[in-house]
Amino acid sequence: MSKIIASAAIRGAHSIVNRAGKDYEEALEKWGPDQKVGFPNTAYYLPVIYGMLGIGVEKIGDMKEVIERCRLLLPPLVREKMHLPYLGPVLDAGMATLFADEIIEAIRYLKDPGFYLTGEEVTDNQIWLGAADDVILRKRGVEFVDGTAPGFAVILGSAPDPQKAKDVAEELQKKNLYVFMHADNKGVRFSEQLVEAGVQVGWPTRLVPFGPDPTSVCFAAGFAVRAAMSFGGLKAGEFRKILIYNKDRIFAFAMALGLVTDEWYAQAAGAINFGFPTIADTPIPEILPTGVCTYEHVVSNVPYDQLVSKAIEVRGLKVTISEVPVPVSYGPAFEGERVRKDDLYLECGGGKSKAVEWATTKEMNEVEDGKIELFGPDITDVEAGSRLPLAIVAEFAGRKMQDDFEPILERQIHHFINYAQGMMHIGQRDIAWVRIAKDAVEKGLALKDIGSILHAKFHEDFGAIFDKVQVKLYTEDEKVNEILESARGVYAIRDSRIEGMTDEGTDTFYSCTLCQSFAPSHVCIISPERTGLCGAYNWMDCKASNEINPTGPNQPVDKGECLDQKLGQWKGCNDFLFKASRGALDHYNFYSIVHDPMTTCGCCECIAAILPLCNGIMTVDRDFRDMTPCGMKFTTLAGTIGGGFSAPGFVGHGKYNITQRKWLSGDGGIKRLVWMPKHLKEEIGPRLKKEAEEMGVPGLLDMIADETVGTSEEEILPFLQEKGHPALSMDPLL
Amino acid sequence: MARKIIPFTQKAGCQGICCEASTSILEQAAKDGVKTYVQRMENMSAQPCLFGQGGTCCRNCSFGPCMLIDGVAESVGICGATPATVAARNFARMVASGAAAHMDHGRETALTFLATAKGETPFEIKDEKKLHFIADLYKVKTEGRRKEDIAIELGEKILAEFGQQEGALVMTKRAPAKRQELWKKQGVIPRGVDREVVEIMHRTHMGTDQDYRNLIFQATRCAMADGWGASMIATELQDIMFGTPVPLRTMVNLGVLSEDHVNIVIHGHEPQVPEAMAIVSQEPEIVAAAKEVGAKGINLAGVCCSGNEILMRRGIPIAGSFVQQEVVIATGAVEAMLVDVQCVMQGLANVAKCFHTELITTSPRAKIEGATHIEFELEHALETARDLTLRAIGRFKQRGKVRIPDRKMDVVAGFSHETINYMLGGTFRGSYRPLNDNIINGRIRGVGAVVGCDSCRVESGRVSTTVVKELIANNVLVLVTGCVATSCGREGLLRPEAAELAGPGLKEVCETVGMPPVLHMGSCVDNSRILIAATEIVKEGGLGDDISQVPAAGCAPEWMSEKAIAIGQYCVASGFYVVFGRTFPTAGSKVLTDFLFKEIEELYGGMWAVEEDPTEMAQMMIRHIDKAREALGIQEKKERVLFDMAMRQELDAV
Repeated sequence: MSKIIASAAIRGAHSIVNRAGKDYEEALEKWGPDQKVGFPNTAYYLPVIYGMLGIGVEKIGDMKEVIERCRLLLPPLVREKMHLPYLGPVLDAGMATLFADEIIEAIRYLKDPGFYLTGEEVTDNQIWLGAADDVILRKRGVEFVDGTAPGFAVILGSAPDPQKAKDVAEELQKKNLYVFMHADNKGVRFSEQLVEAGVQVGWPTRLVPFGPDPTSVCFAAGFAVRAAMSFGGLKAGEFRKILIYNKDRIFAFAMALGLVTDEWYAQAAGAINFGFPTIADTPIPEILPTGVCTYEHVVSNVPYDQLVSKAIEVRGLKVTISEVPVPVSYGPAFEGERVRKDDLYLECGGGKSKAVEWATTKEMNEVEDGKIELFGPDITDVEAGSRLPLAIVAEFAGRKMQDDFEPILERQIHHFINYAQGMMHIGQRDIAWVRIAKDAVEKGLALKDIGSILHAKFHEDFGAIFDKVQVKLYTEDEKVNEILESARGVYAIRDSRIEGMTDEGTDTFYSCTLCQSFAPSHVCIISPERTGLCGAYNWMDCKASNEINPTGPNQPVDKGECLDQKLGQWKGCNDFLFKASRGALDHYNFYSIVHDPMTTCGCCECIAAILPLCNGIMTVDRDFRDMTPCGMKFTTLAGTIGGGFSAPGFVGHGKYNITQRKWLSGDGGIKRLVWMPKHLKEEIGPRLKKEAEEMGVPGLLDMIADETVGTSEEEILPFLQEKGHPALSMDPLL
Repeated sequence: MARKIIPFTQKAGCQGICCEASTSILEQAAKDGVKTYVQRMENMSAQPCLFGQGGTCCRNCSFGPCMLIDGVAESVGICGATPATVAARNFARMVASGAAAHMDHGRETALTFLATAKGETPFEIKDEKKLHFIADLYKVKTEGRRKEDIAIELGEKILAEFGQQEGALVMTKRAPAKRQELWKKQGVIPRGVDREVVEIMHRTHMGTDQDYRNLIFQATRCAMADGWGASMIATELQDIMFGTPVPLRTMVNLGVLSEDHVNIVIHGHEPQVPEAMAIVSQEPEIVAAAKEVGAKGINLAGVCCSGNEILMRRGIPIAGSFVQQEVVIATGAVEAMLVDVQCVMQGLANVAKCFHTELITTSPRAKIEGATHIEFELEHALETARDLTLRAIGRFKQRGKVRIPDRKMDVVAGFSHETINYMLGGTFRGSYRPLNDNIINGRIRGVGAVVGCDSCRVESGRVSTTVVKELIANNVLVLVTGCVATSCGREGLLRPEAAELAGPGLKEVCETVGMPPVLHMGSCVDNSRILIAATEIVKEGGLGDDISQVPAAGCAPEWMSEKAIAIGQYCVASGFYVVFGRTFPTAGSKVLTDFLFKEIEELYGGMWAVEEDPTEMAQMMIRHIDKAREALGIQEKKERVLFDMAMRQELDAV
């Protein structure tokens, strides 16, 4: 019977809204209405309030209107008899709760600045991470877009004991879900239980301790609202669309563990607005009829061993889990887990010893599928804290196998190894670095398991392009050196091959509509000289992906008749765009920021913008949090254009793309590049230098301003003039 | 389905009323020599004429009346008119009269609306959101304009539709696209409001339209001008002026009359007088005047649809339904009964004379011999309302023996289309999705509209409430309007606690939403709300793309007025299966009745039926609902769909 839930949720909402009102009054008294207030590094203000009401809370004074709206939304308590319909009112109460949560938490940021950490990681004595900033949102949001994370679990309370907490968390991780943790049950908190059980928490392991109180649920809701706005291109105030977006695309749910208080019910009511149901371990009343959520709204009294499977069933989520025959847990959620020095059992590579990985093609008769060989000592042969050299060679054979696929397959080794709990992988090719934790070794992990992982995962994800794969692992210096030698020769050949491809010489481009689940009108078309704006897909990747999954998001696009050589527009691409954007767009240019640029989705690595005063173009990558000369931070830029729009003057692109010959060539290319963040300059410097030399401006890298020069056009212009930047003497950009 | 044999025999005398309070008052009144419908029925010298009842009596020229017997070749009119033609003409005239009642109501509303916009009435524009919505429909610019200016232009445009000769009524564009196409194909989109009535009167004149199909075609077009025209106009403009109903608690039945207050009862249909009375009744001077005569204040109560109007919007209780109108006075507790138009029994005048009650007619269109006539003029609405109230106060001291039964029942009302939308998802997620979802998953089998009057030819109230109980027990969500709503209210069916009587699926949904299983949607013009609700169900998706595909059915178990026939006909034209109780006015012609009960489905997807037994009536509706469910492919339980990434990529933009 849900009257009990409605009554409790409305009571809880009243109490939280009253507290927010009191906090606001006190803050107003102490700091005055003009005091700035907000969550760190975000362009979305207090995101739930901003998304739902379109009110950007920047100052304490801005909270007044929100408190008033909360009070208007708050329904009277539910009568025992002859009650009025309460479903609508209780959902409103839930929304008022989330608004009030944000006010309470924003004032906490002001009152107690050290209460929450910033960034992704917890420290030894502080675990509460608070609101995810926009850098985290984008980085993690991409995983929601590409499907590596289908959703998140909002956990309130605690498990009966730390081991049960660990089991639930691990099961959620195995299902690739993020776990957001909030509130306490009788003083015990889930995230603290995980720490006690020795589990690494923090964004990298997808186990996020948001905050100790129920009000921190607004951080989870805020993440969801921002996902819809930044990836779905929805605008502040489009509350209905934002909520439906979440219902349809973000597979989140709440798990209430322990005594469900009025305030928890209020938070759960807020979550139901998003289509996020609640699963409880206690016998609270259930709400089974469907409608606001896709399936049930509240399911209770679920035994611990069924909690996670019940939750994903109720949410309507299908998770495909890799069955990898290794003695440790396995899945993308473990990718970010670290193996720290103290936990280290074995280390390969990383400067202390050599490590290399190589995917290569063999004849059919040379490969025995699933054969895994280790040449040299295994983990069990060495003591804890040891180092070994390592060469991983994956040998493929198959009728469809091509040389072009080798680098793509090889690049997966990083992810596949990292997905294993207790294994860490960094780097690639001849700079690979593998660490294995004591815990994993205790569970029985051996080096040959790397082979098992690669065999299983290659078949699962890429089975369409090869028939057989065998893995050879070497841990002896001499053999490793030998492999290293051969591999390096192959790396050089590969590099020259992709570098040599041109758009002119290629008739077939590839689409990428992977992000359409999040930005429905966005269509990337990837050519050899215009790598995808996410940085993750180049032409070759798309080609391979199409071979692997012919009906998937990467489709061949016959570029057709060239309509504009300079700006890069082709009839075949336009036709495809019209169809794939469901009629939203009928043309765009590959090489221009000024004239109908390509669409941008929220996943872009960098965003370029015109700087009219400098007659040039700046670009900023998503790791740069500060102001840029175009007057917007990355996050504001992404919020403005990142919803699948073609916005003249702005365009998203990959980092690598900057040093490709065709980057904005229709507008003058890198000769127009007048500003970029310093760390990006350093990262792509060597290649940019080379590219500039080819373009006939050898000193270009040093002429490009960065934040140390200035973060406004006025500040950087004298620098450009002093350096004689070529953009200043080019034709007017506009 | 085989057509039921329609009973031609009439049970003699009064069948009583399904309300102990009313029965006790009626018995007492009879002892005191007060003559009500009970005595009039008993004293009737002749039983209802079979030809008149079956629709085959033609008195449209002086050769007749020609009384025709179906199936007898020689039994045609002197002019040659067949039983089918005669029955169709009589049916069409019932539609014309019923529709005209709503049209005149709608016109009065539009006039009040325009006067209000011009500041000439005490009323105001209360619901600006709806004003903008309706203005958009009528292509009236809203941006940057004062609400009064918008309302003036809108009011003029709407008023013009009454006299419009060509084109189409704007409200018809709210229907599902497929329905509009069908109407276009059939040619039944009304050209104007009044024209369609006039044309019926012309066509049914001696020697004019003598093809029953063509007559029913025009009857349909005229009924459409009621449901998708005047009634909808009335509902929407009343909402804009007096507020769109929201859920509220109130009470019904005789017990709402007060021993120690001046009781003023408002009866009839149009909301202007009731609204004005509600505004003034709590004014301090008025209350003081009441106290001077020894009363504690003013107690307003409604009867019939005037009652429903102020019950829905203001929570003012209802003392009685149509059948109870005389009983209300017979309590001896009513100082004044104000009546305007429709469903007001002339017998009230004599009942009032037996007590201290003053019966006051307020509309120039409806006077009653023996009643006081005080015309209600809009521009002096509040002054008139005060005068009327003071007159009632003046009668308080003349009260004789008062017999107010201790019977009243809680109700939850106020279920406008907007309320339903809100209650199913709140401010941020309001939609019909949960309703559609639970119809699709079978918790709710379908939607049943039980509307219309209550009748003294049956045990009043019992037939309707039996249908309703049978429907909810079978998981059919019930929508009610008019006096059926009052009957349901008396039985406690409008309380959320009535979910206990519902089948397990419906009960679960009621408990989730916190709603009763029977939703009171308003007065009889508010049947237009049901048209909009059905349209919303279609638009929400998953239950077909036309109203006729929705698992829904309508009925009027105790219908009596010609308005009911007009309502039934526009519902059939909108795609509903409509079952009427006890008797049907074309029963005398098998040809015409077969057309209305069967063939018409091919034209409109909806059809008529008649049934006397309430349980069977409900079962007929349920069978129709199940048929619709079958056709939609939702009878089978569906496997839960779990979404993976690829399926999410297939989704369209929100």
